[in-house]
Amino acid sequence: MKTTEQEKEEYLKKVDKITPNSPIIKNCIWAFCSGGLICTAGEGLFKIFESLGFSEDNRALLVNIILIGTSAILTGLGLYSKLGKRCGAGTIIPITGFANSMVSPSIEFKKEGFVLGLGAKMFSVAGPVIVYGLLTSIIVGAIHYFLMG
Amino acid sequence: MLKKKGRSTAVFDNVNVISSASFGGKKESEGPLGKYIDFTTEDAMYGEKSWEKAEIKFFREASKLAITKADISQSDVDYAFAGDLLNQCGASAYGMRDLDIPFFGIYGACSTFGESLSLGAMAIDGKFAENVLCTAGSHFCAAEKQFRFPLELGTQRPPSATWTVTGAGSCILSSNGNGPRITEVTTGKVVDMGVKDAANMGAAMAPAAAEAIYSHFLDTGRKTNYYDCVATGDLGEVGRELLKHLLAEKGLYFENNLTDCGIEMFDKESQDTHCGGSGCACSAVAFCAYFYKMLCEGKIKKMLLIPTGALMNTTASQQGESIPSIAHAIAFEARC
Repeated sequence: MKTTEQEKEEYLKKVDKITPNSPIIKNCIWAFCSGGLICTAGEGLFKIFESLGFSEDNRALLVNIILIGTSAILTGLGLYSKLGKRCGAGTIIPITGFANSMVSPSIEFKKEGFVLGLGAKMFSVAGPVIVYGLLTSIIVGAIHYFLMG
Repeated sequence: MLKKKGRSTAVFDNVNVISSASFGGKKESEGPLGKYIDFTTEDAMYGEKSWEKAEIKFFREASKLAITKADISQSDVDYAFAGDLLNQCGASAYGMRDLDIPFFGIYGACSTFGESLSLGAMAIDGKFAENVLCTAGSHFCAAEKQFRFPLELGTQRPPSATWTVTGAGSCILSSNGNGPRITEVTTGKVVDMGVKDAANMGAAMAPAAAEAIYSHFLDTGRKTNYYDCVATGDLGEVGRELLKHLLAEKGLYFENNLTDCGIEMFDKESQDTHCGGSGCACSAVAFCAYFYKMLCEGKIKKMLLIPTGALMNTTASQQGESIPSIAHAIAFEARC
């Protein structure tokens, strides 16, 4: 059915008015606290490994392994999505969210086989993060190289 | 002589809904309509190895039960008009492998059940068939996997989101026998008012529902209180609000007889389904489980069912297209 641009515009205004917004303040508080807690836990682990005498490189590696491992296990147990529902950006942005974004499609697409299912779809959510993460690091690296030597 | 009133309403002399069957998952069984559903299972995979296979099984079993309840055999069914939400109508095509019935696979997104009833009624009233099978189904997990994100991804659903109903609803239409009659069908047009938000399907579909309802009342000349119950498919809370506004603009006012299958299907507070249920199975299960029984018992005498569908193509959406929608209005009349 043909509709005019004006009709569409008026309708979209009505949609905006009637559609309830996400509770942004509540979501922000949850994200701030949960994200902060994850980072604090990482820092705590870092300190523990420091006191155990690990080198700085190994400390960072161990913290990442533990956070990624925990997130992957929680995703497998079906708990990470429950956390994510409450914490939102707080559990998506840290490295734990990255692990979740790779494990969750892997679980789901395993049914389509290990190659075309799990292997191909594992990066369906994390892929763009890797692509644009790499691109950004190349640009920043180039700026650093040419401007600051 | 054309069996038609006005621009888009087909009128039938003798189409009866002689049986219905409804299947649902765990969440559906816990909802307000749970006690009316014929068969529910706690298992999201329904004993199969994947959600897609479960959707196929829901489809097949609901179709078989509807045939059994109609007290006929598969060879008595002249045609099946059926569809679902899986790509290439997977559940219906694979489900029909085991049934010995000539098959038309149809797709109207969540309005599929309305499309199948419309075509089935036309086939019967046109005397091309004596018995017709109409089935539609969907599966929450399979739909999320296909259209949105993996289930275990830690995302937040916006308040306007709906919850795809898991299950299938099936009916046998017949020129013989008893049961509520289908008296008219108003076929909807594709309406696109520019909504792009796939998490707000109610807003995308409300204009299509308004158009179908308006056309139905215009074609038939009826008043809004003619029906005891006017139920849209899966507009949800947001869509229903918008629908009321759109209908009021066209001069149609409903009192307490306007509802939505998606809103009836779940208890949004305790079941965390946000705006309500959605999916092909939403109107199919709500009708086959609840409204059909109410019509048979005469608790609802006249009903207008308007399954609504967002005809969204994921590729077109990613290319910036808005969501075209459709709705079909099916009028039922109880015998008693």
